[in-house]
Amino acid sequence: MGNKQEMQELIAKRAAKELTGPCVVNLGIGIPTLVAKFIEDDHVYLHTENGLLGVIDVEEDDIDPNLVNAGKLPVGEAVGAAYFNSAESFAMIRGKHVDAAILGVLQVDQTGSIANWAVPGKNIMGVGGAMDLLVGAKKVIVTTTHTSKDGKSKILKECTYPITSTRSVDMIITELAVFEVVDKTLKLVERMPGVTIEEVREKTEADFTE
Amino acid sequence: MTKMKKNIEDALSCVEDHHIVMVGGFGLIGAPLTLIDGLTKKDVKGLTIISNNLGEAGKGLGILLTQNKIKKAVGSYFTSNREVGDYYQRGEIELQLLPQGTLAESIRAGGAGLGGYYTTTGVGTQLAEGKEEREINGIKYIFEPAIRANVAIIRAWKADTLGNLVYYKTARNFNPLMATAADVVIAEVDEMVEPGELDAESIVTPHLYVDYIVQAKQILTKEGVVTNGQ
Repeated sequence: MGNKQEMQELIAKRAAKELTGPCVVNLGIGIPTLVAKFIEDDHVYLHTENGLLGVIDVEEDDIDPNLVNAGKLPVGEAVGAAYFNSAESFAMIRGKHVDAAILGVLQVDQTGSIANWAVPGKNIMGVGGAMDLLVGAKKVIVTTTHTSKDGKSKILKECTYPITSTRSVDMIITELAVFEVVDKTLKLVERMPGVTIEEVREKTEADFTE
Repeated sequence: MTKMKKNIEDALSCVEDHHIVMVGGFGLIGAPLTLIDGLTKKDVKGLTIISNNLGEAGKGLGILLTQNKIKKAVGSYFTSNREVGDYYQRGEIELQLLPQGTLAESIRAGGAGLGGYYTTTGVGTQLAEGKEEREINGIKYIFEPAIRANVAIIRAWKADTLGNLVYYKTARNFNPLMATAADVVIAEVDEMVEPGELDAESIVTPHLYVDYIVQAKQILTKEGVVTNGQ
């Protein structure tokens, strides 16, 4: 696998293929944010929890410091966009009006539980909108590198970090493979080009079916 | 009648030691930077701050933190200011972490005269520990109490002299909610107009929620926070 950026873009590009309009999608911070540039369907509407439906890219010259996404990065306003307050934004999420959320994780396990907000032994400083998105988004897609920086699998038998929700995610996309979560078990549905089943097995701690 | 206050110090005279103060904004975006600056110049201690973040290191509410004026912070994402972790580690600040949607809804409930509400967010996680759980129609919920404050300081785009407010893009965020949930509400705005100049259909915060309006002098720009009109 090439450099980090290529790896992240490969994952983001694959995730974008899951989005067919008309639908409303919330993108998390990190790899999920990259998904936006690979979406080709004009009827995929991006929601950001800080209060905008209709997020688009922005050119450097057009940056407005008061127009940002949930990662506080500058964004643009699509034609037909709408602004709303934080309570309404999360009512949209919990109220199941958002079709899909794409999120990063620290860990995901073979039941589809994820951990993406706290690390044991460190101060717990932030949760943001992660828990709300897990309970509310109709479909949750995880985009993550298959292994952590030290080479350990991020797809585990059981999360060792505090979980974000008791709800299972629906799909896991990494630079090596795509898994679907069916009845709290992982099913390998796709390998990325050039990836062998042996490599997926070697780098996945979780049990999965093929 | 006008709710305009020329002097920031005067507007903030309602903030007392040990008060609960709501502060609008998502990080620095939509934060009432002029009023926060006013608090940094005010002799006040033991504040409980309700805000999504505690600004950034050395910016916005981050300054109030380093002045040791904050006893407790209630928010969803303190990660954006690395200094919060240091203060917490030293036992110099108490933190209450809520999911962002729960923070927002608790403030909404506080402003709407409710005692609290049940939510699915956080059920079965560490953040649900100690909270009442209840099953409704087969689904598990936890109880979240409403939140109110003594004073809310918020940021809007335009106000008329009655106190009607409109907001600007994603600088809206928590501001309209906090406008409803405090005993005294102070809004800082970019522009003040006469009643009738704001389209009545477009007003987001009707004037009954707002007590005082001040002119924003600290502005968030592409280059960072700048001071205008002084």
